[in-house]
Amino acid sequence: MLTVNDLACVRGDRRLFAGLAFTLEPRTWIYLAGENGVGKTSLLRMLVGLAPVEAGEILWQGTPIARLGDDYRRAVTYLGHHNALKEELTGRENLCVGAALAGQHLAAPQADALLARLGLAGREELPVRYFSQGQKRRVALARLLWSNAPLWVLDEPFVALDTAAVAWLATTLAEHLAGGGMAILTSHQEVMIEGNTAQQLRLERS
Amino acid sequence: MTALGVFLAVVRRDLLVALRRKSEVLTSLFFFVIVVSLFPLGIGPEMDLLRKIAPGVLWVAALLATMLSLNRLFANDHADGTLEQMALAPVPLGLLVAAKIFAHWLTSGLPLVLIAPVLGVQFDLGSRALGVLMLSLLLGTPLLSLIGAIGAALTLGVRGGGVLVSLLTLPLFIPALIFGAGAVEADISGMGAAGHLSLLGGLLALAAFFAPWATTAALKIALE
Repeated sequence: MLTVNDLACVRGDRRLFAGLAFTLEPRTWIYLAGENGVGKTSLLRMLVGLAPVEAGEILWQGTPIARLGDDYRRAVTYLGHHNALKEELTGRENLCVGAALAGQHLAAPQADALLARLGLAGREELPVRYFSQGQKRRVALARLLWSNAPLWVLDEPFVALDTAAVAWLATTLAEHLAGGGMAILTSHQEVMIEGNTAQQLRLERS
Repeated sequence: MTALGVFLAVVRRDLLVALRRKSEVLTSLFFFVIVVSLFPLGIGPEMDLLRKIAPGVLWVAALLATMLSLNRLFANDHADGTLEQMALAPVPLGLLVAAKIFAHWLTSGLPLVLIAPVLGVQFDLGSRALGVLMLSLLLGTPLLSLIGAIGAALTLGVRGGGVLVSLLTLPLFIPALIFGAGAVEADISGMGAAGHLSLLGGLLALAAFFAPWATTAALKIALE
């Protein structure tokens, strides 16, 4: 369970938001909405521990995330604006390296199977440089398939995806939630996840 | 997966990327070869003078060649978001940084060590002096990678970082230059290189301990 109490974010000399509080329970997800520049990405980066917390606290199972360290990082999967892919490496190599960084072993045949599920069969040996934006995003999303982290923090996961991939991602999210997981994501398009109603969190310009 | 497994995975990834982007690795190596070769061509066949300047020329060229390769150490990982994922990995970031520095040395430092004796012949260095030159570079180039990593991390995301990283790290390279070039000079003049090499080794041990830690701290600031 993720609990946020009285959280504030300051960028430069501008206060983006203050007094933010919410709780994310297992099997639920938060749809983070708001205009450009209200601090959605900043909030997500604070939640995963990339950005420092100015005021307030973020608790995971009742303990501040800074104190949990590696245990918290093992519980979170983060997908940011960037795909975190190496353009020179093939899709298969990117998957294996990405999994290794998260402390998981992924063999080449398993990576190929994941790529096939993402509709990228036959492109395992191709450097990611030659992929389209949407295909790159699909490879980046593959981390959701091998990740066993209960908390998914996704920044604009639907960007550049075609309708088939959007449907696939919605199904994957539904399965994750049904299995006791939780998720928080931002998106500028309507998101429907079967069997789950989102807790909507709207950041307002202060 | 063990910490060692993650370390090796990062080294392997960086070597693969370097292999697919050969031009970047070869640029700094050819820079080293050309700069060193210009001196005998410019000075002419005055063997005594060449022998005298050889250690300094080779070491300064090695410093500058390392400088050239520093920009790509973290910049690409920062731009494509890999650095964020590394910071979020459930292993200490310092370990991953150490892996990146090690891979940087393998692709930029080790080639200099291996080609240095061939270039030393142009300066009429004896076989013993060439051996000491290789040994001093073998101890010195990892030191350059370690110190350079701090500068590369501090200037990450800064506009005009390329020039800034030179201004930051070149002064810090001075001890390596003095003891590295000094080792070869001492050997040529018959005083024995052991003292200089021990000091260089001591500096390397010190940097191997502190540099990944300092680099990690700088990277965390850059990621905020």
